[in-house]
Amino acid sequence: MSRQLKGLGEEAGGAVRGSSRSGSPGTDDRSERRLSRKQAPKAEGAAGRRGALPGQKEQARGSPRAGSPRRKQVESRRHREELGVQERSTVERTREGRRKRNGRTSLKEQRTPPKKEKEVSKKETQKQRKKHRLPSLASSTSGGESLSEEELAKILEQVEEKKKLITTMRNKPWPMAKKLTELREAQEFVEKYEGALGKGKGKRLYAYRMQMTKKWIKFKRDFDNFKNQCIPWEMKIKDIESHFGSSVASYFIFLRWMYGVNLVLFGLIFGLVIIPEVLMGMPYGSIPRKTVPRAEEEKAMDFSVLWDFEGYMKYSALFYGYYNDQRTIGWLRYRLPMAYFMVGISVFGYSLMIVIRSMASNTQGSTSDGESDNFTFSFKMFTSWDYLIGNSETADNKYASITTSFKESIVDEQESSKEENIHLTRFLRVLANFLIICCLCGSGYLIYFVVKRSQEFSKMQNVSWYERNEVEIVMSLLGMFCPPLFETIAALENYHPRIGLKWQLGRIFALFLGNLYTFLLALMDDVHLKLSNEETIKNITHWTLFNYYNSSGWNESVPRPPLHPADVPRGSCWETAVGIEFMRLTVSDMLVTYITILLGDFLRACFVRFMNYCWCWDLEAGFPSYAEFDISGNVLGLIFNQGMIWMGSFYAPGLVGVNVLRLLTSMYFQCWAVMSSNVPHERVFKASRSNNFYMGLLLLVLFLSLLPVAYTIMSLPPSFDCGPFSGKNRMYDVIQETVENDFPTFLGKVFAFLANPGLIIPAILLMFLAIYYLNSVSKSLSRANAQLRKKIQALREVEKSHKSVKGRATARDSEDTAKDSSKNATQLQLTKAGTMPHSASQIQTLDMKAPGPGTSSSTSRTALPTSRHLLVSRPPSNRPDSGQARPQTHAGRSASRKSTQRPSH
Amino acid sequence: MGNKQTVFTHEQLEAYQDNPFRQRIAQVFSEDGDGHMTLDNFLDMFSVMSEMAPRDLKAYYAFKIYDFNEDDYICMWDLEQTVTKLTRGELSAEEVSLVCEKVLDEADGDHDGRLSLDDFQNMILRAPDFLSTFHIRI
Repeated sequence: MSRQLKGLGEEAGGAVRGSSRSGSPGTDDRSERRLSRKQAPKAEGAAGRRGALPGQKEQARGSPRAGSPRRKQVESRRHREELGVQERSTVERTREGRRKRNGRTSLKEQRTPPKKEKEVSKKETQKQRKKHRLPSLASSTSGGESLSEEELAKILEQVEEKKKLITTMRNKPWPMAKKLTELREAQEFVEKYEGALGKGKGKRLYAYRMQMTKKWIKFKRDFDNFKNQCIPWEMKIKDIESHFGSSVASYFIFLRWMYGVNLVLFGLIFGLVIIPEVLMGMPYGSIPRKTVPRAEEEKAMDFSVLWDFEGYMKYSALFYGYYNDQRTIGWLRYRLPMAYFMVGISVFGYSLMIVIRSMASNTQGSTSDGESDNFTFSFKMFTSWDYLIGNSETADNKYASITTSFKESIVDEQESSKEENIHLTRFLRVLANFLIICCLCGSGYLIYFVVKRSQEFSKMQNVSWYERNEVEIVMSLLGMFCPPLFETIAALENYHPRIGLKWQLGRIFALFLGNLYTFLLALMDDVHLKLSNEETIKNITHWTLFNYYNSSGWNESVPRPPLHPADVPRGSCWETAVGIEFMRLTVSDMLVTYITILLGDFLRACFVRFMNYCWCWDLEAGFPSYAEFDISGNVLGLIFNQGMIWMGSFYAPGLVGVNVLRLLTSMYFQCWAVMSSNVPHERVFKASRSNNFYMGLLLLVLFLSLLPVAYTIMSLPPSFDCGPFSGKNRMYDVIQETVENDFPTFLGKVFAFLANPGLIIPAILLMFLAIYYLNSVSKSLSRANAQLRKKIQALREVEKSHKSVKGRATARDSEDTAKDSSKNATQLQLTKAGTMPHSASQIQTLDMKAPGPGTSSSTSRTALPTSRHLLVSRPPSNRPDSGQARPQTHAGRSASRKSTQRPSH
Repeated sequence: MGNKQTVFTHEQLEAYQDNPFRQRIAQVFSEDGDGHMTLDNFLDMFSVMSEMAPRDLKAYYAFKIYDFNEDDYICMWDLEQTVTKLTRGELSAEEVSLVCEKVLDEADGDHDGRLSLDDFQNMILRAPDFLSTFHIRI
């Protein structure tokens, strides 16, 4: 009997396991059936416990003679149960205990029949089962042992299963009503039996933990939202992206990034140089370098003078010349010259680091998502709508951006599938490059010619305004007309707009670079001129001071008041002059950009928009039309502006502050200008995923702007009467001085040792070797990566072809079994999908599927008949069960009667 | 989700007027497919659209939403409907058909000219931002 029962239980369990996963409607009663069967031993435990208390009481009250041994046993059993110890020490004891337990429960039930009629009816079945088992237990001692353990294991398993069901309830595509009933049932079951297994204690903790995880998830989400909101101008940029495409947005993202970098530089320079100087340095007017000279005093506050950064502006903390060469300032004994030098170096160091780091992270990002290329259009179609959007304006933007992104992809697609005459394109491209090189050479020669002429003009007296400003005028004219010319020529080449943009960027870069270096050369000439005059001015200053203090005709007894700082003759201070040059250039560049936008874009847009009503041709579609956003020009303007900042910041610490303001205003101004007066490009194209091209140009400019600064620091003597390094032979002497005076002597020796060329050259060699080694490693890794990708691609193809075969087969199959409702079919598909692993283990599944393609198809084909079989065979399988249950109940009842009688004896 | 709100304000109801698939969502989750939902259907919808719902479940219902003619396959016509709804008809007919062809080309695993649930799930499980976009927050 017991064997039969066991077998049935196993069968039922297996069926339930299968059906519960497949989610067929038969789950309910099946699991119920299994539940009732499984209740047997569990109910034993539960009922036993419940019965234990009254039993004890009864013993204590009514039958003291039977007390001690029995109670001991009861207590030990309870103890064991509570601890969750499943092993029984001896078979005998178990059997005895079980019998006693049974006796006690029945006793209790005998005593309280009228009170809980409901419970009784429920328990009756359990009791019956219990009673039924007694004879079998008695028949075989060892059998009873294995049974109980097995059952316990089964219960454990079942509870686990139910728990799993509770947690995975939301994975099931059931309607809510069914979910609710299932969930309640499962929860009830777990609640009932978990206690018996001694696991109920952890329930509270578990609930608490679940709550905490929920809270944590919510917190993380809120924090992410907060972080997203903290990104400045995100909405503005999204807005632009949705209307103009990602290429225009990439400029604004670049601008934002640049703003962040400049903010850091600004903090560095202001915090470590300007603010200490203003707070602790000598005040304005105390020494000659901090005072406006007598000759300039009258005009020093005029706006036209201030606008040129002369007068009071020149003698302020914004420029190099204002700083004193005192080794330490203030009560903090802050070493300002040292700080000035280190900040100047760290500006470059930080910029280099941040540019290279962002380039590296960009390349990492671009290699990781290689697979998404396979589904460009599908992803766009099915995942681009954000269901969170709940604002009609955002929704409009989203519609626009989806349309734009579709157009971008279509352009890419058409580009890749285009067939054309290769020879003609090649010829045209060579021709275009030839023309552009001619243009570049011409402009280079023009600048050279103009600079030569300006040097001649500078020697002459009373030159006209044009002759004085010829270089600047020619350069800005070149900058204005060459880019459109290049663009016209580039139309010959017929590149994809994304590649075309890169070419355009490279060409304009070459042009701008020429301009920049002519400017630098002219500046260098100026500096050398001033340096050569320095010696004479130095002598004049000395003589003036000497004469002032030693001149006769002054009462010797009273010491002479010191010469007013404004009267002291001073040198030209070439560092400040360079700083002022860069400052002016930055400001004028900013103004030119804004005015160009205002005139070229906004006024043109207004003209086209409003004069269109009374014009003889269509202005909007015809000649002037609206302007497109000039990505290449703007990006390069930004990059070269940054180059100016890097070059100038050493000689004009305030330059970074001006630049921060400039970037801030241009962000708002350009955003407004783009949205108000530009139209999207005719062929909207997607920006390359990493804007490493911009970054590469920026790195190049950074390097190029590092060169002149390094040259001036290393090989030009600082001015004798201005700046933090005055009186030293070279600017970097400040480090040597600090090492000698402020560090212990052995550190000075270490530095001297480190500076030894015998050590530096091997170090450089080592670095080269390391670079070579790492480079070769990365190359081999990327090769391996490409091969793996190829393999995955091939596997996918194989899978595809297998699927197509299988798909046809299943289609035929499903036609055969068309009697099944469509609901059933979808459920089946869903179960198949449910067993499908997530993307993390896709490769594994590919590997598994590839060798045995038949397995998946066979499962899908076998799944259909089995489930149908289950559906059909449920009613008959129910019947024998109930039939068996009846005799059991009879036997159980008689047994219970017997057992109830026993203790009363 | 955190704030206890039992009554929807007018603005909140208005907020979901912008979803291009709102009718499809209502139809999919309503019992008889007419777009009228009982409370249970409504709860169903939010349990699917919640952040906690698993990928597979979301993919299953997303498939149903994009399956406009409810033949258990996403065919060419469904795709065209989707594109037109997503772009508000801003793309020309050739562009729409090009996009639909590309989608079928990419995602159709068994080359039967339509996307089955299998194909769809295979594709959507790789999508980087499907989970982040396919949910509604209340």
